Amino acid sequence: MTAPKVYKTEAIVLRRLNVGEADKLLVLFTPTLGKVRAIARGARRPKSRLGGHLEVPCHCTLMLARGQNLDIVTQAQTIESFLPLRSDLRRSSQALYAAELVEQLTAEHGEGYAVYGLLLETLRRLCQDTNQELVMRHFELNLLTHLGYRPQLYSCLECRAALKPVLNFFSPHLGGVLCPACGGCLPDARPISPNAVKAMRFMAESPYPQASRLRMGRELSEEIEGLLRRYILYLLEHEVKSVQFLDLLRREPIC
Amino acid sequence: MNGPLPARPIARLIEEFHKLPGIGPKSAQRLTYHLVRMPQDEARALAEAILAVKESIVLCSVCQNITDTDPCAICQGTGRDRTAVCVVEEPLDILPLERTGEFRGLYHVLHGVISPMEGIGPDDLKIRELLERLKDETVTEVILATNPNLEGEATAMYLHRLLAPLGIRITRLARGLPFGADLEYADEATLTRALEGRQEL
Repeated sequence: MTAPKVYKTEAIVLRRLNVGEADKLLVLFTPTLGKVRAIARGARRPKSRLGGHLEVPCHCTLMLARGQNLDIVTQAQTIESFLPLRSDLRRSSQALYAAELVEQLTAEHGEGYAVYGLLLETLRRLCQDTNQELVMRHFELNLLTHLGYRPQLYSCLECRAALKPVLNFFSPHLGGVLCPACGGCLPDARPISPNAVKAMRFMAESPYPQASRLRMGRELSEEIEGLLRRYILYLLEHEVKSVQFLDLLRREPIC
Repeated sequence: MNGPLPARPIARLIEEFHKLPGIGPKSAQRLTYHLVRMPQDEARALAEAILAVKESIVLCSVCQNITDTDPCAICQGTGRDRTAVCVVEEPLDILPLERTGEFRGLYHVLHGVISPMEGIGPDDLKIRELLERLKDETVTEVILATNPNLEGEATAMYLHRLLAPLGIRITRLARGLPFGADLEYADEATLTRALEGRQEL
């Protein structure tokens, strides 16, 4: 059976690039088709019927026509535009980071219900929740879980012994935690505190409403952020670009 | 190789045209063969125009606009309001603003926008020059006229944060419905702003 020429889908806009005179090249994330690349012709003209509905990280319903290379957006309607994100620099950069992470870690045209739901919930939480760092860590851990990269947090990856509540080691290369005896001599392994292991276990396993009760001190939060960042860097083999901007905002706190 | 190649100077020109934005291999060929048939003086005029652009154009030391005189015509212009500076992304953005005839202030061109996903940060833009300009306190209003999209908004928010301590009035171009548009197709974000900024008739 050949696929229909025109199809309707929900999508979250992950990335927009300006191409040609007034066109937008979009990277979309859809529940059924995963990541899809599409072009919206004329969407940058002020009178475009599509333009306003296709900014990152808009959640919208789209009508798409299959093209030879890229699909073509024929209709667009916003479902949620996450307005609070647009007026807050820090939240909007976190949303961008989330979108970039999904874009980088997923493949085109694979089913993506779980990731789609997670991203949508995360964007909503970024609009409301005050503990944005926790929202982001929960998102990172669960995204990795859905994509099959969940770090091993229970037993040592070398000797298989259950982890003791001491200073263990985290290895991005092996994808998880090692006991002090096995991890100490690995070049890429970094120390991980018992609290960080516990907090990561809790976040990876609990749905957000429960995970949101977690209270992390600044030090613990930064430790987990650093560990996950190194792990993601290892998986992607390059930096997530929007991270630099997040760091910059942190260095010069918002007045 | 498949078949005879065009003469070397022709191939070279095709290659050069091909580097331009929006010019594919076929357009490059068409342009080249058109030039071959062109009268000598017209071709020379084109070549000289290209060279003149490259040799005489500099960035205005005040507003960073591209210009052949430094400071540029707008910065030198008499009758301009020197207390207002309109911050735009690209030199091209000045043209439509000038066409309105409404704005008599000065400009500042950033030459880009903050784009976290492309790894373009504030240091890649002409922001330092803007701060330098605002030091002497003649400017009392900064109008942020970056595009109303993700990058433009991020840049505007960043600049607002940066300039707020200076005690200058900072404004942003209004967002709303373009003339000739259709309410039916307007997006929520624009409509919300349009409602917020509604005006007494």
